[in-house]
Amino acid sequence: MPFSEAAQRELQEVVARYPDKRSAMLPALAIAQREQGYLTPEAYEWVAKALDTTPTWVASVASFYTMLRKEPVGKYLIQVCTNLSCSLVGAQPLLLYLQERLGIRVGETTPDGLFTLATVECLGSCATAPVMQVNDRYYERLTRERIDEILAELRAEAEG
Amino acid sequence: MAEKYLLRNIGLPDSHRIETYLAQGGYRSFARVLKEMKPAELIDLVKRSGLRGRGGAGFPAGMKWSFVPKDSYPRYLVCNADEGEPGTCKDRVLMEGDPHAVIEGVAIACYAIEAHLGFIYVRGEFTLSAERLEAAIAEAKAHGYLGQNILGSGYDLEIVVHRGAGAYICGEETALLTSLEGERGNPRLKPPFPATEGLYRKPTVINNVETLANLPLIIERGPEWYTSMGTEKSPGVKLFALSGQVKRPGVYELPLGTPLRTLIEEYGGGTLDDRPIKAIIPGGSSSPMLPASALDVTLDYEAIAAAGSMLGSGAVIVITEGTCIVSVARRLVEFYAHEDCGQCVPGREGIAWMATILERIEAGHGRESDLDLLLDICDGLSGRSLCPLGDAAVGPVRSSIKHFRDEYLAHIRTGQCVAPTVVRIA
Repeated sequence: MPFSEAAQRELQEVVARYPDKRSAMLPALAIAQREQGYLTPEAYEWVAKALDTTPTWVASVASFYTMLRKEPVGKYLIQVCTNLSCSLVGAQPLLLYLQERLGIRVGETTPDGLFTLATVECLGSCATAPVMQVNDRYYERLTRERIDEILAELRAEAEG
Repeated sequence: MAEKYLLRNIGLPDSHRIETYLAQGGYRSFARVLKEMKPAELIDLVKRSGLRGRGGAGFPAGMKWSFVPKDSYPRYLVCNADEGEPGTCKDRVLMEGDPHAVIEGVAIACYAIEAHLGFIYVRGEFTLSAERLEAAIAEAKAHGYLGQNILGSGYDLEIVVHRGAGAYICGEETALLTSLEGERGNPRLKPPFPATEGLYRKPTVINNVETLANLPLIIERGPEWYTSMGTEKSPGVKLFALSGQVKRPGVYELPLGTPLRTLIEEYGGGTLDDRPIKAIIPGGSSSPMLPASALDVTLDYEAIAAAGSMLGSGAVIVITEGTCIVSVARRLVEFYAHEDCGQCVPGREGIAWMATILERIEAGHGRESDLDLLLDICDGLSGRSLCPLGDAAVGPVRSSIKHFRDEYLAHIRTGQCVAPTVVRIA
């Protein structure tokens, strides 16, 4: 799948932002991921070309960062923080509840491709725990009722 | 309740917009600095305020600036907004709620070290923070506070928001620079220190978000105002992120030197279900945990150190009775094992082995010799890893064994947790 013109323009913009174009690595990979949902060999080539480096080097850098995905995920990636502050106020039972409601385990995607469930390390929202992130958005002070609402909202949004 | 300075604008309508910030006197400090002060005078002023780095290390900020070698240009300022130490969530409050205070702080620090390009490295997950900062930069530019010849002073400055991509280690300053250069976020050996050889091998100062957000206030009110709060060696105010099993978790601003008890009982409303406190982690997940008897320790760098821990980022995590301490230590060590970059042997092997041993103790397969083995690994890690992540992983292990050895032994002897469990740690 070729990259859009808008992505191409954005890539040029981020490259121009730094004294050394290599610094545009993470923003460039973020653009590629937004375009394709996850990082493909074509994405590594696309970024490598813009930064005057090799696709292998780009792939190596990408492999270091957990937000850069190497596999496709559902329309909504639900990431539940299980670190200490969230665990202390019930992240574990909420994670079990989410598995039950979605009918999948951590690491799996619902058959309709809508939800992928994952755990994540500290999201930096400890004083509003328990917390989960759905794509770019934070959902804080979670309860079972709140999770039901959020899943309903997301389903409604997907049906559009 | 203590007066709010750092959090003064949080909660105002449209607190993230420049109109709000200007109405509260925003950018006056930066304007004054440009008009009235030479960089050396500014550095001296911040030195006199006694402001210490709020990221965790507590190093005097003005001193850090003065390490930049003379006649070596260009120089860079990097704002460390890669907030990720479990328990810590204070910088996000500033970036989302008062981004212009952060931008003004960055601008003042850039002027102090004569940098014309500043970066804000925001952790990748903080989308709203990054968006707010970018919008604030655009507004500041439109109002003439950034860009070319700012307010007719002849000083030029650009600020770039750089988003991370999910790697706790990039909060370590040398890893942050490596990552900003487009590489894997591997920490570098020090020396050379970033002040002499940092970003693109040029002199670079890395300051935490909260540290920088203090600058407009210190300039507006003077260093004497700052030193009138807090303690002699830990002057000023600090943001404390209170989390865990308390009734009112939150980010609170208090003068340094406030008793831990005040934060937990008055601000936090006490513990959930009024359960007795079992342990307190006073400065983020890497700071050694303290027993409940430490409640009257004051929250300043010296007092917390004397009590056997560290103030770190000011993230206080409260753990009550009914929580298995082995599972707490195991969870934190698993985090450090997950976030280790893999470069040095102590970090790569040591932390992973500590996690394995703690997991087996928790699962009921521990051996009595495991405690000595854990402490032995701690010795191999402490001060012997390439970067401070090794020491960070040691914090919860050594301290939990020190204060809760009997609970570990009971776990090992009976094969299960003997504490009545209220919460299970994931």
